[in-house]
Order: sequence, then C-alpha cells, then structure tokens
Amino acid sequence: MAIVTRMRMLEAAIFQGLSWNPVTDVRALLSFPFMVNALEAGTIVAVMAGVTGWFMVLRRQTFAGHTLSVVAFTGAAAAGFAGVPVALGYFSVCGLGALALAAFGGSQRSLSVESAATGSLQALALALGFVFVSLYHGVLNGLDSLLFGTFLGITSRQVTVLLAVATLAILFIAAVGRPLFFASVDADVARAGGVPVALLGVSFLLVLGLSVAETSQITGALLVFALLVTPAATAHQLTARPALGIALSVTIAVVVTWLGLALAYFSIYPVGFYVTSLSFALYVFVRVGRALGDRRRRNVLVPEPA
Amino acid sequence: MFAHEFMRNALIAGSFVGLACGLVGYFVVLRAQVFAGDALSHVAFTGALGAAVLGLDTRTGLFVATITGGIILGLLGERARADDVVIGSLFAWTLGLGVLFLSIFTTKSSAGNGTAGVRVLFGSIFGLSGTDVRISVALAIVASILLLAIARPLLFASLDAAVAVAQGVPVAALGIGFLAIVGLVAAQASQAVGALLLLGLLAAPAGAAHRLTKNPFQGIALSAVFAVGSVWIGLTLSYEFPTLPPSSMIIAAAVGIFVLAFASVRLRWSWTRRGRPAF
Repeated sequence: MAIVTRMRMLEAAIFQGLSWNPVTDVRALLSFPFMVNALEAGTIVAVMAGVTGWFMVLRRQTFAGHTLSVVAFTGAAAAGFAGVPVALGYFSVCGLGALALAAFGGSQRSLSVESAATGSLQALALALGFVFVSLYHGVLNGLDSLLFGTFLGITSRQVTVLLAVATLAILFIAAVGRPLFFASVDADVARAGGVPVALLGVSFLLVLGLSVAETSQITGALLVFALLVTPAATAHQLTARPALGIALSVTIAVVVTWLGLALAYFSIYPVGFYVTSLSFALYVFVRVGRALGDRRRRNVLVPEPA
Repeated sequence: MFAHEFMRNALIAGSFVGLACGLVGYFVVLRAQVFAGDALSHVAFTGALGAAVLGLDTRTGLFVATITGGIILGLLGERARADDVVIGSLFAWTLGLGVLFLSIFTTKSSAGNGTAGVRVLFGSIFGLSGTDVRISVALAIVASILLLAIARPLLFASLDAAVAVAQGVPVAALGIGFLAIVGLVAAQASQAVGALLLLGLLAAPAGAAHRLTKNPFQGIALSAVFAVGSVWIGLTLSYEFPTLPPSSMIIAAAVGIFVLAFASVRLRWSWTRRGRPAF
C-alpha cells in the first residue's frame, strides 16, 4: 500500500489539471507508465467483462455473478494473509466459488432455496474475507482498494497475466458460443437436441468466475457489476441479436472504462465512482429512450410495416 | 462473559436483530427476493456514508436510505417486473456513489476516520452504547410487529399472487410494504453485523428453515430461532477468540446451520430412499 500512497503523492505533485486541449490531455495521460498499464489492463478486463456479462445477463445469473465477485474479495484477502500473489488468490478462489455455485444450482430446482444458498455462500465468503483481513492487520488500509479497486500500481506483469487469462476465456466462449446461446435461451430443447446443457452451465460459471477475478483487480470486488452487468444490460436493451449485442456490450464496457480512468486521473475521486456512474447513466438513457419510442409507436394508428 | 457491559449490550441488541432478520428473512427467501436484500445492504452502505459526508447522523442516513431503497425496489417490481438485471444495475451505481462518499469523507476528515468505511461495511456490534441498544431493540420490535400483522395476507400473496388478487388482497401494496420493512431491518442489522454481512443473517437461517419444514408458521419460528441462535454462537466464539471479528463469526454460525440443515435432509432422503427431497 505504500506504493499506492507514494503514487498518489507523485500524482498530486505532477497533477496539472485538464487543459481542455484533447491532444495535450491524452499525452499527459499517457506520459506515466502506470497510467498506460492501467489503460491496457482496463481494456483487457472490459473486453472480457463485456463478453461474459452478455451471456450472464442472457442466462439471468446476475446474482451468481455478484456472489462470485464477493468471493473474489475473499480470495484476495486470503492471498494477502498467506503471502501468495493476489492474482493467484483471485483466480483459485473464484474457481472454487463457481464450482460451489454449480453444485448448489445443479441439485436444486427450487428458486427460493437456491437463492438462499447463493446468498449464504456470499455472506460466508465476505465473513471469511473479513476474518483474513483482521488476522492480517497490515492490509486494513488496503481493504478499501480490495473492495473498491485501484488503477494505480498495476504492473506490466499483471497486464500479461490478465491478457493470457482473458484470451483463454474468450477463445473458450468463441468455441462454445453457439451451443451456449442455444442452452441459455431454451435449455429443454437444447437438451433434446443433444447439447450438454449441464456441462455448459458449469463451464460457463467457471469462465464467469475467471472474468470476475480479472475485473475485481481493477474495479474492486464490489464494483465488478459496473462492467459485468450494466454494459451487457444496455446491449440487451438495444438489440436481441447475439453478435451485435456482444459487440455493443464490449464497446460500452471499453469506452466506459477509458472515460472512467481518464476522469479519475484528472480528478481526486475514485475510478469506481466514474465507471459505475457512466455505465448506469447510459443504461438509464437507453431505457428511457426505448420507453419513449415504444409510447410513440403505440400512439401511431397505422400498423408498422412488417 | 456476562460481566462486561459491551458484551451484554451486544447480546441484547444482537438477539433482537437476529429475531427481526429471521422473521423477515423467511419471507425474503419465500419470495425469492434474496437479491433485493443484497441490493438493500449496499444501499445501507451508501446511505450511512452519504449522511456522514453531509455531516448528518449516520443512523438517520442509514434508515432513510434503506427504507427509500426498499420502496423504490417495490415500485420497480410492480411497474416493470423488475428483474435481477435492473436491480443489479441500480445497486452497482449505488455502490459507486458510496465509494465517492467514502473518498470524500476520508479526504475531508483527519486521520482516525480512515476505518469509517470498514465499520459501516462490517459492523461494530461490540461498540454499541446503551442508547444504541435501546433504539435497536425498539426498532426490531416495531419491524417484527409490522411483519406479523401482515404475515397472513403476505403469505397468501407470496404463494399465489393471482388468486390473492382475485380474492381482493392488495398484493402490490403488500409487496412494497414488505420491502420497506426489509429496508428497516437491513438498516438495523447493518449497525450490528455491517452492511455487507446482513445478507447472511437474512438468507441463511431462513434458507435452513425452508429446507426443514414446509409449514409456514413452523418455518417462521424456526428461522427466527436459527437467526437468534447464530448471533449467540457467533458472539460467544468471538468472545472466546478475540482475534476473530464478531460479525464474521455470526455469519459463519448462520451458514453452518444452513449447511447442517441441507446435510440432514440429504441424509434422511438417502436413508428412506422414497424419492427426491421435499424441495
């Protein structure tokens, strides 16, 4: 955490404010290696979150996604306690969490008990994470950045790891994209058509766990949703076509991340606030626009051409 | 253990928090609204910190935020059939606001307040004063009475909304009122176990009760007993092992009960082999 404090001081010393000349501003933004790393990491994370988030919203697994993001916090706290690299903690514990969710989801048909199980798992993960943090007194300052993220102090090694994991996950989704879409839209027909629905469900949860683990390293465990749900939900509002929807979701996530990082650089407020507010504003804008469009269409008496 | 005043305060406040959470939690699980409870717990965090930034009483901020949040969720659910995605997007943003408040608060105030966020998120049950306990007991009683007053129609509306509407039960109003009560309980519980952990006290004891019995009134009682029991177990554990935070131990106890309930039903099922478990 000392690194982060030092960087904050450095940033304050060199901070010159917005000049309103885009070229100068972008150059100022890119003049620090840590900022370049942050932008690279943010882009990788946003692409991955955009893709998996689109499927997560399609499969109505937002609660599972949020639980995994909470589990990510436990992983990081446990890694800090055990003295192993934080990324290892994120990835392994998220993987375990995904398997636990799949086990509960698979055995239960009842929605209410399944959601109770998910909620219990989430609370247990948080409770454990807090135990680790209290046992390891040193990271109490770091608790905020575990929960709410930091874009300072991302190393180029971290960027390489992020890139490798994201490539794997996106390749996997590209490979199973069609059957996964089929299984998500109509599980019964897909099963009858010979699609391994259960296996796909478990492996998707694992990929979701991976991308949550990635995203939490930038946005913090609590703000993963900003990149995972909101851009995907906006894309689902705009189009029902899978390819276009995924592209839109990725674009929104990437743009929101870039803007959020840039705004956080030029101000004193945290990046999580900007990313969540920007993506939520866009979501509300699209919803309101659609509602108005629907009303106008309903008021026109002439039927629409098919 | 009972010789310490902070411990007595924690036990009294914790028992009533547990009671309210257990009662409300039963319906939260029945209506599959655990995710809404999750969202309200995040609203609690933002509300408390927002009040702190504005220089208002944290407790007032907490209650105003969660009860308003509950009513908004209820209204959304009525109008647009609010699903997880809407709730998720809304609370992601609420948390973002919370982070903003946290950063304003920590930069504005001097050192020593750096752990304010941690306190709100993970609770401080051992730091409750006599007044805190009285307020928390009073609110728990109010919430429990309100809930028991609407328990029968709420049960009807939760199990079969369409028939309940046909019978003249005000299903929509009940849903909104119920979420407002959940908000009240969430605010009260987040003082004890923290905004992030109250979900465990809402979901785990109630989940265990649902798993063990299908009779609603038995289930409600069982859920309350489990919740109060896990508060007691958690506080005792934390007293015996002071390095372990009390809120975490409470949640661990609640989840332990949940897992035991699952395991016992599974065992009974494999012994009798009469088919799938009841649910």
